[in-house]
Amino acid sequence: MAARILSVRAPDPALALMSNLMNWTWFHKLGSPKWFYEISRRWLPWLAVSAVLLLVVGLVWGLAFAPPDYQQGNSFRIIYIHVPAAFLAQSIYIMLAIAGTVGLVWKMKLADVALQQAAPIGAWMTVIALVTGAIWGKPTWGTYWVWDARLTSMLILLFLYFGVIALGNAITNRDSAAKACAVLAIVGVVNIPIIQYSVEWWNTLHQPATFSIVAKPAMPFEMWMPLLISVLGFYCFFGAVLLMRMRLEVLRREVRSSWAKAEIKAQVEKGL
Amino acid sequence: MSFASFSEFLAMGTHGPFVWTCYAISLAVLALNVALPIVARRRFLQDEARRMRREELK
Repeated sequence: MAARILSVRAPDPALALMSNLMNWTWFHKLGSPKWFYEISRRWLPWLAVSAVLLLVVGLVWGLAFAPPDYQQGNSFRIIYIHVPAAFLAQSIYIMLAIAGTVGLVWKMKLADVALQQAAPIGAWMTVIALVTGAIWGKPTWGTYWVWDARLTSMLILLFLYFGVIALGNAITNRDSAAKACAVLAIVGVVNIPIIQYSVEWWNTLHQPATFSIVAKPAMPFEMWMPLLISVLGFYCFFGAVLLMRMRLEVLRREVRSSWAKAEIKAQVEKGL
Repeated sequence: MSFASFSEFLAMGTHGPFVWTCYAISLAVLALNVALPIVARRRFLQDEARRMRREELK
């Protein structure tokens, strides 16, 4: 009997960790606007500095030092923004769907903030991918636009982003708007595998993927390394801009709470 | 360096206009994405400061 009581008093550390994780306090903390506001203040400078450094190195390397493509000449240098922007446009949409799911299932307010604030950045990235692709198409394909499967599905992605943004602005009740945007984001995610596999399913004009996680790149090192750096730079850029936008939105939504009032006062006194 | 001179770098073979238009548009869009939240934040703080002052006067 005594031994049994002793074993209850001294629990297994692994079990303790599990019960800590299973009572979900860390997850609820993540949903607390105040906690997010404080932790993002520390993340933001690191993300911003990494974004600037990676983008400068990646783009300058790609523009000036990478060798020209043997078929496309120097127009291929456009991929150092086209590919990262297209990657990001799709990743952000997947993020919207994940945030939408979290918002619907756990009613986490921060998930809706993330969804609403990421959508415009995603739309801008889709615009960059489409515009740079069109400009690259002129010297390479001889036309700015064709109704190729990859191009069309990317255009649909842009309209999905517009839909999420418009829906969020049109519905004044915040909870209804969050629900509607989450559903649209989740339903629209079927477009992502269509974009991904469009170049394999329909053998049209757009070339197949430049990068693959499983295979060694077909390009020489001096070509793919700047591309990788530029991709990382775009992701850091997205992280930094998303945090900036989310921090403002959190402050807006929490404007009545005492911590937000104190923060606004402190910022105003600092001279903005 | 993949180019022999700066003018060659600007010319990009025959693709200069295409490459530079792409980079100009894209960098402008990136800059806009940074500038918009900064301006919005400043405006929000100014509005809130004004509102707080008004409430203190009451």
